[in-house]
Amino acid sequence: MSLLEGVFKAFSLILTLDPNLIRIVLLSLQVSLLAVVFATLAGVPLGAYLGLKPPERTRFVSKLLYTLMGLPPVVAGLVIYLLISRMGPLGVLGLLYTPTAMIMAQFALAVPIIAALTMIGIRSRGKEVQETARTLGADRILIAWTVVRESRFAIFGAVVTGLGRVIAEVGAVMIVGGNIEGHTRVMTTAIVLETGKGNFELALGLGLILLLISFAINSLLYYFQGGGKDIVR
Amino acid sequence: MSGKEIILEVKNLSKVYEKEVLHIDQLSIRRGRIYGIIGPSGAGKSTLLRLVNMLEPPTGGEVYFQGRPISINVNGRADAARREMTLVFQKPLLFGTSVEENVAFGLKARRFAREEIRERVDILLGKVGLREFARRHAATLSGGEAQRVALARAVAFEPALLLLDEPTANLDPSNVELIERLIMDLNRETAMTIIIVTHNIFQARRIAQEVIFMHEGRIIEAGETEKVFTSPEDPRTRAFVEGRMVY
Repeated sequence: MSLLEGVFKAFSLILTLDPNLIRIVLLSLQVSLLAVVFATLAGVPLGAYLGLKPPERTRFVSKLLYTLMGLPPVVAGLVIYLLISRMGPLGVLGLLYTPTAMIMAQFALAVPIIAALTMIGIRSRGKEVQETARTLGADRILIAWTVVRESRFAIFGAVVTGLGRVIAEVGAVMIVGGNIEGHTRVMTTAIVLETGKGNFELALGLGLILLLISFAINSLLYYFQGGGKDIVR
Repeated sequence: MSGKEIILEVKNLSKVYEKEVLHIDQLSIRRGRIYGIIGPSGAGKSTLLRLVNMLEPPTGGEVYFQGRPISINVNGRADAARREMTLVFQKPLLFGTSVEENVAFGLKARRFAREEIRERVDILLGKVGLREFARRHAATLSGGEAQRVALARAVAFEPALLLLDEPTANLDPSNVELIERLIMDLNRETAMTIIIVTHNIFQARRIAQEVIFMHEGRIIEAGETEKVFTSPEDPRTRAFVEGRMVY
């Protein structure tokens, strides 16, 4: 099958809303979006806290976060696997080869990214915002909220970067999800499998959708990096 | 009420970074007056304001605000004091929202009623000549407009003490005049105590009732503005008010 033929067939799968393809795409989105939601809930407060501390006091944690930003997905998958496998400390929960396990693995990948990028964003003007809010009589909660609100574009950018990272990864979900058809098969693991089977049209179709999602994510990122366009003139 | 009552007192206040940048044995600020702090760059003027506003802790000494020591936040005392004073920076930061939201910030922090917030914001924006800008995004303002909004925001909750750190540096003459008039009107109408740091000796002479000359982290001379300008006691003060270099 030529590449052109493969692309054509892939488009026809997308346009006819092939149920198998749609199921895989929806599960991918569900897993990655939930992982990023939880990673945002953990990573943004952590990043905000670190961003408001003097850099010299958070040197070690910052280095750790930067290191974890580049955590290989297979390593994250392996660690989660060891935690939730039958012999692991969370083995009794029976999470291995479930979407929950995949969410956990992607959460582990996204948290350092979201926390570190939030920290960097807040550090860039957080002190100034913090001091201004303080001079105006804000209490600690209002100061923290104001700093986060003023850094919202950087934070959204961090979240979108986290989403971009997890939706495209394959190693972690493969290890903890097992790529079980109709249960834990997501776009990236399906592409690997279908390519191995020579079923290029489905692999290409999924690849195209992944590219489109990636384009949408990067468009969002581009928007947030530009400080958004919500300025009312 | 004004004139004699001490609103702010500083005793043995010092700040050390790598070296000592500020050391003030004693300073008293009387309620209801405008003070100008003048001096060359690096004299410790801005550091003094930051310590008074508790943006950073002093290395030693004490600041008394309305009779109470505030340098250490015992039982939230510094927090309570901070709510009765405010500081406007040379380059004010306006929040990424509308002009009216910016002016309302301190009022909301103090949980003023919505109607009162709306009323005060409207009056203040009128005073700074920006009523028609109320709904504009703060990021669209010029430097002078931003400084006027920052001033309106600072005085909206009627602080007992207003600290101004070079509020007109880098502004055009019309904005300088407008801000100076606002400062003097505020003092006259509300008896608000105002301390303004300025490198501009002419400005200090125009608006301050008393001036404090600082040099190398210390107060060299303080007193009624005209007296300091016309018959300074210290040769460094004389040199500075005459526009000569001070080493």
